Amino acid sequence: MNLARSRAMAGARLLGVVALSVALLGATVIFGATIGETQIPFHTVAATITNHLFGAGYPVDTIDAGIVWNYRLARAVVAAACGAALAVSGVVLQSLLRNALADPYLLGISAGASSGAVSVAILGLGGGLLTLSAGALCGALLAFSLVALLAVLAGRGPTAIILAGIAGSQLFNALTSFVVTKSASADEARGIMFWLLGNLSGVRWPDAWMAMPIVGLGLAVCLLHARSLDAFAFGTDAAAALGVPVRRVQATLIAITALMTAVMVSIVGSIGFVGLVIPHAAKLIVGVRHVVLLPAAALVGAVFLIGADVVSRTIIAGQVLPIGVITALVGAPAFALILVHRPSGAGGTAR
Amino acid sequence: MTLTAANLVRRANGRPLVDGVSLTAEPGECLAIVGPNGSGKTTLISMFAGLRLPHAGRVTLNGTPLHRLDRRSVARQIALVEQHAETGERLSVREVVDLGRIPHLGPLSPRGARDEAVVDRALVAVGMADMAGRSWHSLSGGERQRAHIARALAQEPQILILDEPTNHLDIEHQLAILALVTALDATIIVALHDLNHAAMFADRVAVMERGRLVAIGRPADVLTAERISAVFKVQATIEPTETGRGFIRFTAPSRPATWG
Ligand SMILES: Nc1ncnc2c1ncn2[C@@H]1O[C@H](COP(=O)(O)OP(=O)(O)OP(=O)(O)O)[C@@H](O)[C@H]1O
Ligand SMILES: [Mg+2]
Repeated sequence: MNLARSRAMAGARLLGVVALSVALLGATVIFGATIGETQIPFHTVAATITNHLFGAGYPVDTIDAGIVWNYRLARAVVAAACGAALAVSGVVLQSLLRNALADPYLLGISAGASSGAVSVAILGLGGGLLTLSAGALCGALLAFSLVALLAVLAGRGPTAIILAGIAGSQLFNALTSFVVTKSASADEARGIMFWLLGNLSGVRWPDAWMAMPIVGLGLAVCLLHARSLDAFAFGTDAAAALGVPVRRVQATLIAITALMTAVMVSIVGSIGFVGLVIPHAAKLIVGVRHVVLLPAAALVGAVFLIGADVVSRTIIAGQVLPIGVITALVGAPAFALILVHRPSGAGGTAR
Repeated sequence: MTLTAANLVRRANGRPLVDGVSLTAEPGECLAIVGPNGSGKTTLISMFAGLRLPHAGRVTLNGTPLHRLDRRSVARQIALVEQHAETGERLSVREVVDLGRIPHLGPLSPRGARDEAVVDRALVAVGMADMAGRSWHSLSGGERQRAHIARALAQEPQILILDEPTNHLDIEHQLAILALVTALDATIIVALHDLNHAAMFADRVAVMERGRLVAIGRPADVLTAERISAVFKVQATIEPTETGRGFIRFTAPSRPATWG
């Protein structure tokens, strides 16, 4: 076949896939903005969005417009960013640590975030100057630094990182429990618990403006390292023999996933299961090449989390469930299905 | 491409695993490294490939210390087939061989027609063209080994280092793979357990014993009955062959090792 033509065809296909992905993402965001307890017709949603994006000036009810734009759309955008960030972080950590069970919270981030959050909310750390989110972010980054230091001291290997993460998580979870049982009122404890399971209800545009650049940056950095991530398939020695500067790549990628995860956790709490399950699902769909896998995981994660948010808002009338409950309720069976349907050879044992 | 080791030392827990090894792999030669289990072959090879730094001495590539060179440019010149390398990922054979192109591709450059052609050729060379789509986990041990060798070939190295590449291979593929790599226009450094393979294919043989290089030279000069008895603790007679390399016939131990 003509080479230039096959190149052009590949280019066109890529363009098509990208356009389709963007369209799917956009459609899901709009879907997230349309569905909710207050019935708002689709044309109002469409008009509100075009008004804001292009200054179209269609007449719409200001209350409806406010709900759509400030509440639901910001929420859908944050959900998308968060789902994408967690899924990408999961892919990167699973490949880097060669562990199918690695998830972004492995690095002590969610435990640290919860400690930070309770320090602010219950102990009043920061004297009212720190928001819950800022406290969570500080806690997450502090916990990650400790875990990273411990991992370096313990020898930098994948096992060292995983063990350090477990130790760090246990420590910070214990701190959180200590503070909650010692100082929290029943209401505060319930509020913290709700926050820990993931909560998008307070999310507004400033959160979205924080989340979007971080996920964009994170995805870009990971994509730049896509080939290096491929090279880790046979371990760090094999990666080094393929010319990957192993330590630098590990440090860069672990730091960027930690940053992404910490920011997301500080905005919405620790939504579980996304970072664990979506990478496996994305691998089933597009295979293991990271150039394709990373964006695919980001897309699936974004769509999944918007969907989970919609379900969490609508499944029980008049009540919002923590989104983490939904992701786990869907994620656990999905994970089980993936496990059962893994191609043979990957985990067979003798009888 | 000349790879030179000067006085390499590597220790673990204070014990030397490789102890003062100096040797030079000449361009285009096939250098076999033989020695009993634990004699330091794999450790030596990991320093040749730049994966481990020696605690003393150094490895140079055309006179430049390996650790001064950029990793990627080393990987374009030196390819390694490890003794054990497994993955949990669901890769196809072709995807494994594709990995060999990584050192030749920038982070953003797409793989081109030449990359595909090199991968195709590597698959054909190890006789796996018809298995390109098979999943890694469905392969037998020998097929995995051949896929690794194809991956190393796809790196288009000037120096190819193999750590016991004939492990798991049936006799046909043992000989085919050794014939294939020795026919390459590259320097070959290969750790081998079968002394007859070393005698048949190597230009020179290096004998390791407890971390030290105890002999290096042409197979007929190095693989003598006395040395085999001293290093490997087995009796052997060397039968002359028309190639001049000799055939090593091992004699069963007169008093078999007992258990218990
Ligand atoms: N990280 C380590 N710590 C301690 N000892 C080690 C380490 N790595 C290797 N060794 C020891 O160093 C010695 C040399 O090991 P090496 O793997 O280089 O031997 P080898 O010649 O390749 O053996 P084989 O023929 O079994 O592959 C062995 O005794 C091994 O137990
Ligand atoms: Mg070995």
